[in-house]
Amino acid sequence: MSDPLTTQVIAAIARVKRIPAEQVRPESTFEELGIDSLDGMNILFELENDFDINVPDAQAKSLRSVREVIDGVRTLIAEKQRATGTSN
Amino acid sequence: MGVISACGNDVAHFWDAMSHGRAGIGPIAGVNTETLRFKNGAEVKGFDPAAHFVGSQIDLLDRFAQFALVAARQAIAGSGIEFTPELKRRTAVITGTSAGGQGSQDAGFVDLYRNGRDRMHPFSIARTMSNAGASHITMEHGITGPAFTTSTACSSSNHAIGQAFWMVRNGQCDLAITGGSEAPFNYGFLKGWEAMRVVAQDTCRPFCKQRSGLILGEGAGMFVLEPMEHARARGANILGEIVGFGMSSDANHITAPSAEGAAAAMRAAIEEADISAEAIGYINAHGTGTAANDPTETRAIHSVFGDHAKRVAISSTKSMHGHALGGAGAIEAVATVLALQHSVLPPTANFIDADAECDLEYVPNDARKVSVEYALSNSFAFGGLNAVLAFRAL
Repeated sequence: MSDPLTTQVIAAIARVKRIPAEQVRPESTFEELGIDSLDGMNILFELENDFDINVPDAQAKSLRSVREVIDGVRTLIAEKQRATGTSN
Repeated sequence: MGVISACGNDVAHFWDAMSHGRAGIGPIAGVNTETLRFKNGAEVKGFDPAAHFVGSQIDLLDRFAQFALVAARQAIAGSGIEFTPELKRRTAVITGTSAGGQGSQDAGFVDLYRNGRDRMHPFSIARTMSNAGASHITMEHGITGPAFTTSTACSSSNHAIGQAFWMVRNGQCDLAITGGSEAPFNYGFLKGWEAMRVVAQDTCRPFCKQRSGLILGEGAGMFVLEPMEHARARGANILGEIVGFGMSSDANHITAPSAEGAAAAMRAAIEEADISAEAIGYINAHGTGTAANDPTETRAIHSVFGDHAKRVAISSTKSMHGHALGGAGAIEAVATVLALQHSVLPPTANFIDADAECDLEYVPNDARKVSVEYALSNSFAFGGLNAVLAFRAL
């Protein structure tokens, strides 16, 4: 049973790639899912909007798997909460 | 020829920068970059439209068209050509730009969507249209021959110059004014580039390990092209010769380049020039400094030149004047012609360490004194549209 963040990230990836969410697993690589550079940018755009975060370019270019995206988003949300002194 | 760029607002200043490896890259001044991920660009400096145009002209001219006109004036003045009525009818004007007057459009849209105005300025369309540069050149110089604009992203200028070259060579016109221009420093457009994550945070370092993307640039380059015999007969100050133009399409990806496509365009230019690949001594590379372009272009050069690839001097002058998009090919053509003319190859600036995937000779950091007879100038655009010009020194 996935946590809400994992579910949301997987849903965003599935939405961009137009594939069923069941096909996207946390351990899937971008290569396995056929995610190319354009898809990658698109996915991050969706996630930045969904979570109101900012993924730096260097980090964006290094992402190769769903797990890395989930971990990256989690870290950025935590950093943002620390910076603004909030937690939802 | 004429040029206006981050490295100088005329040919003499531009060449001074090119030949000394001096980049015109720095913090963007024309746009508030507070909410932009990247802060640096290659802007034209010290350009006052009022010094070049009267007020009523400025109203009609987006910055991209201003650049086109200024560079065209330089080229025409330098050519010493006398525009007889007959010649005006037989002159073509072909310009390249990728986004035209999008700055003017952007300003109009801010008024509509943010400021709640219910009208745009009546000159909006005339300023925005991509052909504005070509149109104003014809109007200023009374030219009534064929004129149009090519828009192929980063290859716009090379496509324009190539078409003009063919028209002059085939006798469809007696003279051509050709080149390209771009003025991309507007917030909305920059945000679009930011989203693609291809713009470097520091500077443009083509072909080296520390490269992290392109640096946007602005400006224009323009040429007067005429048949060699005619130029010689009137005692013109001939700067160089275009000997070939090659085009191809990648049919691959809307943004990622293909080595096969790039190689095909280079081969086509070389073949049209009726020379062997080994005759090429210098390549002014597309060399954007992105992760994708530089190794792909390197592979393409290997493919075209074989053993000779290691002996060709390659440099990316985008390292100095930035990536002027639709104006890039024209500015780079000016750099290439100057390199052949002066027997000095401009360097790839900002080069730190070599990258294993980019294993050729990139003239790092310092200009190189060497006489070259034939050179290529590469443009490989988004959407896989490739255009390569071949030049010969005189």
